[in-house]
Amino acid sequence: MNSGKMSPEQLKRYGRHIILPEVGREGQERLNRSSVLIIGAGGLGSPAALYLAAAGVGTIGLVDFDSVDLTNLQRQILHTTDSVGTSKLSSATQRIQALNPTINVRTHDTHLTFKNAMDIISAYDVIVDGTDNFPTRYLVNDACVFLGKPNIYGSIFRFEGQASVFHASKGPCYRCLYPEPPPPGLVPSCAEGGVFGVLPGIVGTIQATEAIKVLLDLGETLIGRLLLVDALTMEFRTMKLRKDDQCPVCGPKATIKKLIDYEDWCTGIAGSNPNQNVGDVISVQELSGKLREADTFQLVDVREDFEREIATIGGIPIPLRELPGRMRELDVTREVIVYCHTGQRSGRAVAFLRDQGFSKARNLLGGIEAWSQLIDQSIPRY
Amino acid sequence: MSVTIIIPSPLRIHTAQRERITVEAATVGEALRCLCERHPGIQNHLLSEDGGVRRFINVYVNDEDIRFLSDQKTGLRETDVVSIIPSIAGG
Repeated sequence: MNSGKMSPEQLKRYGRHIILPEVGREGQERLNRSSVLIIGAGGLGSPAALYLAAAGVGTIGLVDFDSVDLTNLQRQILHTTDSVGTSKLSSATQRIQALNPTINVRTHDTHLTFKNAMDIISAYDVIVDGTDNFPTRYLVNDACVFLGKPNIYGSIFRFEGQASVFHASKGPCYRCLYPEPPPPGLVPSCAEGGVFGVLPGIVGTIQATEAIKVLLDLGETLIGRLLLVDALTMEFRTMKLRKDDQCPVCGPKATIKKLIDYEDWCTGIAGSNPNQNVGDVISVQELSGKLREADTFQLVDVREDFEREIATIGGIPIPLRELPGRMRELDVTREVIVYCHTGQRSGRAVAFLRDQGFSKARNLLGGIEAWSQLIDQSIPRY
Repeated sequence: MSVTIIIPSPLRIHTAQRERITVEAATVGEALRCLCERHPGIQNHLLSEDGGVRRFINVYVNDEDIRFLSDQKTGLRETDVVSIIPSIAGG
């Protein structure tokens, strides 16, 4: 299948590529012999996988451990309503093979960790980073640097996206751009901050474009450039990226020579965050005990109205984005306990309130999600 | 010098959701200090205690990273655009 020689049917399937002088029969055969690993079969991984499959990349590897959730379908176009509850890998495999049965799909049903990343990544020509968290992004970067693999980077938040190609032998790596991750909770996830459904379609398709260009050595890739996409203003800007002499992974004085435990590393940096003091948080158990003396504190729900319709434990509803304009509704002299879905938005709300003089503001750890798991299981989870 | 600072969406909670802030400043450091005076909530996210830009955020003047220019001493000209580019991880 991957010998590269095409059957008459394949010549027809890829005809529109083959007549491009920049691709030609030789380029198409090269694609058919090549392999791309897509890490994360989610918002970015979906369009990337579909376009790379359609383009005839001979082997597509997918890393994911999750199952399809109804909330994924607003943007993760690999999956369908019928596949809700099933594994993302089986759903993705079916969809990819329906599109192009002539390619191989290899699935890695696992968390990518510092223990398995080198083995998994080393088997592929190009890596597409479609993960949704900082520890895995640093892991993918470092493994790609050590193995000399091009890392096609994309990430999204609300209406904004970023893309680049990190290839340490030819340009900067992810750590040259961002030496350290932000402390957990400072940058909300898509679950917390929301994401415009077509945005990963734009960014993931850009990643697929760059992957094909790297495989075919075509045009100018995003090596040394950071592409910023703003779907609201529909502005695309490119910033210059440079190799950082001080980079601990790809610089001349590199100090990191093998993979580390990225979860620990990201949390360790968080420990230095001045906004994460022990006094700023409260557990669901402690709040449960305090509810009997409800008049001693103000409970604030910073989630959106639609979330309250799914589940609530009461409190004053002030969505996070309205907090700066509405904080005067709260009594600065009394304790304020803030909650959201999982504790991220409320953590930012508490940091904001403390900046504004609410010295008794505390964040409910784990949010309503922890409440429904540990205190009251009749509260629906979402 | 009148320059525009583009605020990324994760930090807009501190600027009343405003995406562009215009400040009078001759250097990047002055522009950032001016931004922090006007919107105090942003300071903790943007700058560390020693006044340096936090390591998960990059500040650009037009399309150049200030780390590869003169950092916060980088001079600004009229109509320069200062972009704050935080790391984001959604996928």
